[in-house]
Amino acid sequence: MSGDGSPGPVDGSDEMLAGLTDAVPSAEADRSVGDDVIRVPAPDLARLAQAARAAGFEMCADITVVDYLRVRRVRFEVVVNLLSLQHNRRLRILVPVTEDDPEVPSLVPVYPGANFLEREAYDMFGIRFTGHPDLTRILMPDDWMGHPLRRDFDVGAVPVQFKASPRVS
Amino acid sequence: MAEPTSTTDIWVSGTEAPEVSEWMVAGTDEGAQEMERHETTERSVEQRGSRVVDDWVVDDTIDDDERMIVNMGPQHPSTHGVLRLNIELEGEIVRRVKPIIGYLHTGMEKTAETLTFLQGGTNVTRMDYLAPLHNELCYSLAVERLLGVEIPPRAQAIRILMTELNRVSSHLVATATNGMDIGALSMMMYGFRERELILEFFEKTTGLRMNHNYIRPGGLAADLPDGWEEDVAEILVRIPRAIQDYEDLLKENPIWMGRTQGIGIITADECLAYGVTGPTLRAAGVPWDLRKAQPYSGIEAYDFEVVTGSRGDVYDRYRVRIGEIHQSLRIVEQVADAMPRGDYKTGDRKVSPPPRQRIDESMEALIHHFKIYTEGFKVPAGETYAAIEAPRGELGCYLVSDGSGAPLRMHTRAPSFSNLQALPIMMADSLVADTVACIASLDPVMGDVDR
Repeated sequence: MSGDGSPGPVDGSDEMLAGLTDAVPSAEADRSVGDDVIRVPAPDLARLAQAARAAGFEMCADITVVDYLRVRRVRFEVVVNLLSLQHNRRLRILVPVTEDDPEVPSLVPVYPGANFLEREAYDMFGIRFTGHPDLTRILMPDDWMGHPLRRDFDVGAVPVQFKASPRVS
Repeated sequence: MAEPTSTTDIWVSGTEAPEVSEWMVAGTDEGAQEMERHETTERSVEQRGSRVVDDWVVDDTIDDDERMIVNMGPQHPSTHGVLRLNIELEGEIVRRVKPIIGYLHTGMEKTAETLTFLQGGTNVTRMDYLAPLHNELCYSLAVERLLGVEIPPRAQAIRILMTELNRVSSHLVATATNGMDIGALSMMMYGFRERELILEFFEKTTGLRMNHNYIRPGGLAADLPDGWEEDVAEILVRIPRAIQDYEDLLKENPIWMGRTQGIGIITADECLAYGVTGPTLRAAGVPWDLRKAQPYSGIEAYDFEVVTGSRGDVYDRYRVRIGEIHQSLRIVEQVADAMPRGDYKTGDRKVSPPPRQRIDESMEALIHHFKIYTEGFKVPAGETYAAIEAPRGELGCYLVSDGSGAPLRMHTRAPSFSNLQALPIMMADSLVADTVACIASLDPVMGDVDR
């Protein structure tokens, strides 16, 4: 791997990844710019996360969403970033989610730390995490309409009038 | 003045923009959005703070007369910014806590999509404003990993020097505010006094005290200034002496120990479950430091130790931070001693602009210069996650490029955001007076939490 950033050390054998894809047959292991990636359809996400936790990924470091509007056919991709301290490696789970039915199972029962992260993903992209204990907006005001990080949500769309402008009547 | 005739909704994309009606322009000095009619729902009333709803499970064993819900913040000096807590008290004891955030949300991840990769540094540096250089480094590492460029050794060494100094200044603020919140007011002045020394060096090097945009994809904005060795040497002498003063003041101070030991305990398992990293995790006894585990920018070449605690309380977190200041200064000393010569940014002209003199003599240099400053450099399509050990824990940058000059998506894994989830665990069944001690020991930066 060239460049300044050194990727997380990866074991030569990929027994762990193979174990995960065996446990969840619909999951596909892959590599992306030096990182371990598993792609899985949305219904199997919770099962895969359980298997990953059992395999030693103790921490859910990050959950986010990428909006591939006009780039990919399936618009959203939920990105779950797991970290294993004992094996010192990372695993990224990518879950394609359609625009019509933006629903994925919540990871809060497996990783309690997913709570805020999923609320942020819901707030910013409108992805619904089924089974989340309190799926409400976290960063935007509760009466906000729309999901601001979607690519078709324009910047600066709220009209702001700072001073009454002098009018010729 | 005409009466308002219609409700102006916030413009949802895909619909037509609302017209700014006559009465808004002529009839008010206030922002039009302030004058808009808000939809009043259960949740919006709660969000605006006009009503506090207890949506937790009611425990029948507690007498209702004893239970009280207190709204702390968002305007409270001890909350380190605009953190709001819904606290349920039973007499003097905190039973349940719910952090409410978002008051400092400025949509930086959205802004990042409109900036080129080179401009992105100005954006990310404003997130965690106590550790701006860490933000820049993390972002730059992510961009560089997609680009696949080599960073010269001198640039890497300066990056480590600057980020470790930044860790010292950040921990100094953390200790200072922790002291002030508990009542050790001199700590506030001492901590900020010593931090000034480092900020002055930052100002000399980068031109700014905060929000430097110094570490950039491809290297650095500038080389170290003349006479940096003396400045660093002075820092290396004066800060340890000052830390000794703090230790004399606090380490065995009975009031300090009484207020911090056994307070705000969080175990290692809870830290892992809630994604807590940084000094909080290490104070719980887990020797996890990304500088050791997944080293970046050549930090593995330097000799330092991972400081850990054992009890996971406020006192241990304070001890870990003091220990980390010493270790960071150790790294700074080694970097300063073995500073390599060479270039401070990559020689790849597709990424880093050519020197000014070359532009006068080379057509190609002029083209590169023009391309970089107009459309920015192009980053190969792909996605990557870069993580570094920021003063508050794991700072990550998830970057997606579609092959153009600006990121398709830039997401920051903010350590304060995840750490804040641990607050209810820490504060459960503690005294209300320990609330601020817990918050301060967690050291959340709201710019980092809300982004």
